[in-house]
Amino acid sequence: MPEFLQFAFSGLTVGAIYALVALGFTLIYNASGVINFAQGEFVMLGGMVTVFAHAAGLPLPLAALTALVTAVVIGLALYRFAIEPARGASAVSLIIITIGASILLRGATSIVFDKNFHSLPPYAGSAPWIVGGAALLPQSLIVLGGAAAIVVALWYFLTRTLTGKALLATAANRLAARLVGINTNAVVGLSFAVSAAIGALGGILMTPITFTSYDSGTLLALKGFAAAMLGGMGNPLGAVVGGLVVGLLEAFSAGYISSSYKDAVAFLVILGVLFLMPQGLFGRGGVERV
Amino acid sequence: MTTHLRNSLPKLLAAAAFIVAASAAHADIKIGAVLSVTGPASFLGDPEKKTLEMYVADINAKGGVNGQKINLIIYDDAGNPNQARTFGTRLIEQDGVDALLAGSTTATSMAIIPLAEEAKVPFINFAGAVQAVFPAKPYIFKTPHTDLMACEKIFEDLKKRGLTKIAMISGKDAFGASMQQQCMTVNAKYGIDVLHQETYGPGDTDMTPQLTNIKGTAGIQAVVNPGFGQGPAIVTRNYKQLDIKVPLYESHGVGSKQYIDLAGAAADGVRLPAAALLVADKLPANDPQKKVVVDYKTTYEKNTGQPVSTFGGHAYDGLMILVDAMKRAKSADKAKVRDAIEATKNFMGTGGVVNMSATDHLGLDLSAFRMLEIKNGDWTLAN
Repeated sequence: MPEFLQFAFSGLTVGAIYALVALGFTLIYNASGVINFAQGEFVMLGGMVTVFAHAAGLPLPLAALTALVTAVVIGLALYRFAIEPARGASAVSLIIITIGASILLRGATSIVFDKNFHSLPPYAGSAPWIVGGAALLPQSLIVLGGAAAIVVALWYFLTRTLTGKALLATAANRLAARLVGINTNAVVGLSFAVSAAIGALGGILMTPITFTSYDSGTLLALKGFAAAMLGGMGNPLGAVVGGLVVGLLEAFSAGYISSSYKDAVAFLVILGVLFLMPQGLFGRGGVERV
Repeated sequence: MTTHLRNSLPKLLAAAAFIVAASAAHADIKIGAVLSVTGPASFLGDPEKKTLEMYVADINAKGGVNGQKINLIIYDDAGNPNQARTFGTRLIEQDGVDALLAGSTTATSMAIIPLAEEAKVPFINFAGAVQAVFPAKPYIFKTPHTDLMACEKIFEDLKKRGLTKIAMISGKDAFGASMQQQCMTVNAKYGIDVLHQETYGPGDTDMTPQLTNIKGTAGIQAVVNPGFGQGPAIVTRNYKQLDIKVPLYESHGVGSKQYIDLAGAAADGVRLPAAALLVADKLPANDPQKKVVVDYKTTYEKNTGQPVSTFGGHAYDGLMILVDAMKRAKSADKAKVRDAIEATKNFMGTGGVVNMSATDHLGLDLSAFRMLEIKNGDWTLAN
């Protein structure tokens, strides 16, 4: 039983981070139809900027805020200077643009900062609590709680505010949204800003546990993308569930089956699910009007 | 346009001929380097690059080797073996290098070895794994200690402390996998029982599940973690979080200050085999290696402003062995330099005393490793 709990804690913590990345994918995909492969770089930026701002003497909350603002500005710039000018291009071209942007961001970070791994002090001490015989880190709770808070805030924003509803309307039907007077360009820009903020927050929360470096975003983007696909691309709830499931799958297959094949097991399960339910766990069936 | 080109063609040809003639007159020694300056192995490639650039500039300022300047050509493979192979080919075929100092990781070194062997170019690599140099191939040499030696050093220490039942948690990268394999070939020799084995991927951020299984295995007296990069730092932290009491041994792959910084207080009490370079200041004054390691450490830290790591030291050893061989061969002729490298005897490097032979293209023995223990965030000599 302690083992089971330990694997669950581990899986949930890692899964919460994947869920935040998957949420970022989902938001931008909904608003613009683009799968933004630079999403992992926002997470990396959140971590790296916080580390260096903190090292430069800023108190931790201020350093985190700096990172958040930096990521949002970069997210907006990505939309304004790379995605918007290519508006008419096909989805594939736009995806390639985001891959290019992610390589650029990685390279720029390695030059502006450095190529080493960095860590942050845990926000609430490093001594674990023993729950049912398993060690639980305070930081894991912060990651889980932070992720939950972000999800709730996002839900409130999307369903209870006018701007959020405009985003949902744009996602549902761009032309109709424009006809009722929604500035869809601004909305898509907003989706990039919000995604960048979510990514950066994820990076700020996870860095004390996972470390960060200029290239730590790549793998996260891959896992987050898998989570978003598993949950059903475009469904925020699916993104959260998908992220947690991928994290738990990894932890349990590492613990109970074999640590050598844990990624393989996780991805096999994802492939199996997508084979049976091509739209993902919560995806809506795509209907093409001919 | 075409007429213009035709008119200027003779001039161009003349210019080209002049350039060829000019470069032939200077005939620099060309040394090619393919290093993982960026990417996941950048903590290896970056100090290697800085070391090579620093010391080549120094050698050239002092008149070069045999009156010839060294022309150092560095390419960055970003830790990717495919790119390493591409750049290796370019160095050999297009740049026409006289020798190669390349391969920050085992994987990238293994990609270049067949090229150098076929083109008969002396090649000193910086790979950790033992396959990079055993069995000995005529043109292939290496400077870093092997993973096999690291295992033996660890097992020797375990035996001394009376700890014989261990678990291993290894990285799945080429270095971790190779060291795990090598450990399993010598454990019986030292009477060590490996009761449980786990692995983790190079990009993994949480090793708690694996360590939970190790914790749950009865009778474990110590844990050995073959691996490099950020993985061992996460293992070390998770190890402390799960409150595992038995001693933890890391490999020489974590021989940089970065490991201690990342693992923080959890690194206290961790033991690892490493080169004397890490404890340069703490070596007794009569240690024969003291001068070379202190000199390198001071030079490196003054020039780069970064703390020294053993990895840059491997590049230093490689360059010095090569330069020394070229001086003894009195030329940069590939076959003669190869013979001279193989004849290296009593060379004192940052990694230890090097005595090469026809069957040993590494030339280090177990004495090259010191058993270190981390105390209060710093390396100390164990025992």
